[in-house]
Amino acid sequence: MEIGLHHFLVVSLLVFLCGIFTVLTRRNAIGVLMGVELILNSANINYIAFSRYGGGGYDGQIFAMFVIMLAAAEAAIGLAIVLGIYRQFESIDVENIDTLRG
Amino acid sequence: MIYAALFYAIAGFTVISALGVALSTNVVYSAMALMGTLIGASGIYVFLAADFVAVVQLLVYVGGILVLTLFAIMLTHQIAEVQVSNRSVGRLPAFALVVLVGVAMGVAMFRAPWHVEPLGEATPTTYGIGDSFLNQYLLPFELASIVLLTALVGAIVLSRKELRG
Repeated sequence: MEIGLHHFLVVSLLVFLCGIFTVLTRRNAIGVLMGVELILNSANINYIAFSRYGGGGYDGQIFAMFVIMLAAAEAAIGLAIVLGIYRQFESIDVENIDTLRG
Repeated sequence: MIYAALFYAIAGFTVISALGVALSTNVVYSAMALMGTLIGASGIYVFLAADFVAVVQLLVYVGGILVLTLFAIMLTHQIAEVQVSNRSVGRLPAFALVVLVGVAMGVAMFRAPWHVEPLGEATPTTYGIGDSFLNQYLLPFELASIVLLTALVGAIVLSRKELRG
């Protein structure tokens, strides 16, 4: 059976669903960030698959590069924030960080 | 034939690693499974004739982001605390929501009339990507460097020790 566009879309969909599940079920802030990385990766797979099968030249790959770049920035800032939270609260459990709750 | 078998092997590896990220209760194991997913995604990019993006994925994600994540895990966890399970929404409601979203997206995906063109020859992409970055996408490219610089400064400011009380 020929490997077609839908094969890649299915892989991307499954990775995306795993990412959503991770974001929803984690209480560890770093775990939530890892779920976000999964979601970004599934979007990247879609970009490149459509770029390959839609005849779009390099546009999809360049968007994937921008996504990778933004993911690096997100990871750096996000983990810095997590470390700051850990210093403040001695915990990175997102349930414990409710100082602003009325 | 061997092409398809290789694709299924890499795709299965990617999805199973992603499941490991989602289902593991230990965040260190999650990080290791995330490495599998990232490497698998890089292999999938090779199947899509995106050689440059595949290498960038390996360098930036596996070499950079994952190491950063592991550092953060090591810095924020006492080793004894590693086994604490992390549940926020509860697995069952989350699973129901995921199934709902998955069915909706799957139906949309198989029904949509995607515009598919016949595959061209898989050629090296580095020249074309560099060319596009310095012509068509010059402004986003420069903006990206500013974003990275800002993120760098922001990360330093956020994570250093406060000097004044």
